[in-house]
Amino acid sequence: MLRFRDATIKTKLTWTSALVTSIALLLAGSAFVAYYVISFRSSLVRNLSVQAETIALNSEPALRFDDPRSAEGTLSALRADPNVVTAAIYTAAGDLFASYGADPGGFPAEAAAPGGAATARFQGRRLELDHPIVSEGEHLGTVRLTYGLDDLYSDVTRFVVIAIVVLACSIMVALLASARIQRSVSDPVARLAAAAQTVSREEDYSVRVEPSRNRDELATLIDTFNDMLARIQAREAEIEAGKQRFQVLNEELEQRVSQRTAELEAINKELEAFTYSVSHDLRAPLRRIDGFAKLLVDEYGGDLPDEAKHYLARVREGTRQMGLLVDDLLNLARLGRQEPRLQVAGLSSIVERVAGVLKRDTEGRDIDWQLQPLPFVECDPALLEVVFTNLLSNAVKYTRPRARAVIHVGAIEENGHPVIFVRDNGVGFSMKYADKLFGVFQRLHRAEDFEGTGVGLATVQRILHKHAGAIWAEAELDKGACFYFTLGGTAAGPINA
Amino acid sequence: MTDGNIEILLVEDNPDDVELAVHALRREKLANEITVARDGEEALDVIFCRGPHSGRSFHSPPRVVLLDLKLPKVQGLDVLKAIKGDPRTKAIPVVIMTSSREERDLVDSYKLGVNAYVQKPVDFEQFRGIVKELGLFWVVINQPPPAKAFEADPPGE
Repeated sequence: MLRFRDATIKTKLTWTSALVTSIALLLAGSAFVAYYVISFRSSLVRNLSVQAETIALNSEPALRFDDPRSAEGTLSALRADPNVVTAAIYTAAGDLFASYGADPGGFPAEAAAPGGAATARFQGRRLELDHPIVSEGEHLGTVRLTYGLDDLYSDVTRFVVIAIVVLACSIMVALLASARIQRSVSDPVARLAAAAQTVSREEDYSVRVEPSRNRDELATLIDTFNDMLARIQAREAEIEAGKQRFQVLNEELEQRVSQRTAELEAINKELEAFTYSVSHDLRAPLRRIDGFAKLLVDEYGGDLPDEAKHYLARVREGTRQMGLLVDDLLNLARLGRQEPRLQVAGLSSIVERVAGVLKRDTEGRDIDWQLQPLPFVECDPALLEVVFTNLLSNAVKYTRPRARAVIHVGAIEENGHPVIFVRDNGVGFSMKYADKLFGVFQRLHRAEDFEGTGVGLATVQRILHKHAGAIWAEAELDKGACFYFTLGGTAAGPINA
Repeated sequence: MTDGNIEILLVEDNPDDVELAVHALRREKLANEITVARDGEEALDVIFCRGPHSGRSFHSPPRVVLLDLKLPKVQGLDVLKAIKGDPRTKAIPVVIMTSSREERDLVDSYKLGVNAYVQKPVDFEQFRGIVKELGLFWVVINQPPPAKAFEADPPGE
């Protein structure tokens, strides 16, 4: 069932105006009828009292002299007023003395009150009025007049009929008026609602509501709504333009990225060609220098002075050094190109293998190898072997001046990740050069003290970076050094025993 | 140039390297007949008996070819490809002898069917040792492919 609050504004307006008009007219009409009836009655009582008074005065002698005919004569004067239905005069004892008009119910003897005061009673469609007849303080009898109220009732009936006609006309006029008002209220509201629906359903912000001809709140609402739509439309356009700008920028960026990628690929290829030519072209002349120097020593050694032989030995040592450099550089370059082949491997077995080789190479030296258990980790075992070879070779090399070298390999845990360390009691280095440790060709010692190419730690660092790990060192000059490193992957198992 | 039996065909463009290699081979008295080709094209002429070597016969192939990779005109890998791609020369042992230790070269060489791959060390004594071993193995120890190995496979077999 359609409830009032769900009805359209048009229906609501129509019903409201009709209802208000009806209630107003009904209230006004009822008030008028009530006032009319009340005032009619009171004036009627007053008039009738005057007539009763007159009759009472005139019939006083008749009562006193017991002359009913004279009294009836007095009463018959009431004929002038057709609304007076009956009139009667009672004696003080309550007996009917004289009467006028026919009453089908007769004149009850006891009806008249013997009391002194005048009384008026409305009974049905009649008004009964009793008036005492008093002479010189003596109560002689009572006049009773019965007045018909038909006039009053026909007046009221007429009035009600007129009121109904007026009411109907008023409702008609109200409906017509509300229809007119509707057009200026409900139509714009309906247009607004339709536009709002279109906007929300189709997201079409180009919709506009036809402006109202009136200059009322609805017109303001429509103007504001249109203004709001215009602003949203402008913002949408801005966003769209921004999107397009963004897309253009994005395309440019992508183009630039692919261009850079192509450039990088070209550079990478060049670098590969470079390492290839280093591998081939730098080694060949070295071999020739070494070869002819060797031939010179072999075949003419006897004719050469010792100094010349020394020079030739230096030439050959130089070529050997450069050969090592070229090999180290090639290894470093190759690391840059290849991705680590990760697998879970025990670091202890790698360290033991590397230490085994170094133990054979350092026979005759007093080295205390303290190899603690290391964890299993995800790594490229071949690359980790390179790491440990470099770190342990360094430890062996820089502990050479020590009568008893101590090389300690172990693992500590930091933030749940294993940190591997290689500690020695060698010559160490000053921490102010610590930042140069891992640079290519950076050396902290003189070549005649400790041999080396300055590529080893750079290689180690590159390998660890490839594993998403890090390396750092702590050292004190002449006390020893300790290298720490981490691998990006977490430990794959407990430290092996 | 001799058109007789070639024991070792040395393909090497650098005269110094040629001299050092030949010196090492002669010192060990391993090979009497060493032919040197100075580029890839010349090497192919010798092997395929054409040009200045048209007098040669496919029936007397070199016992071993020592092939450098970086060569003028025709690259070492292309020479290898030509040798291994022809049934008349496919059985000739080819040893790559190069300064390169690039994995790419190793892979390519073995895919083309090289018989051995040797990296020339910088140290001359090591180099001399390797050349000696190579000569000893390929010329003295190794049984050369018989003539039938150079015949084309009959179709359908």
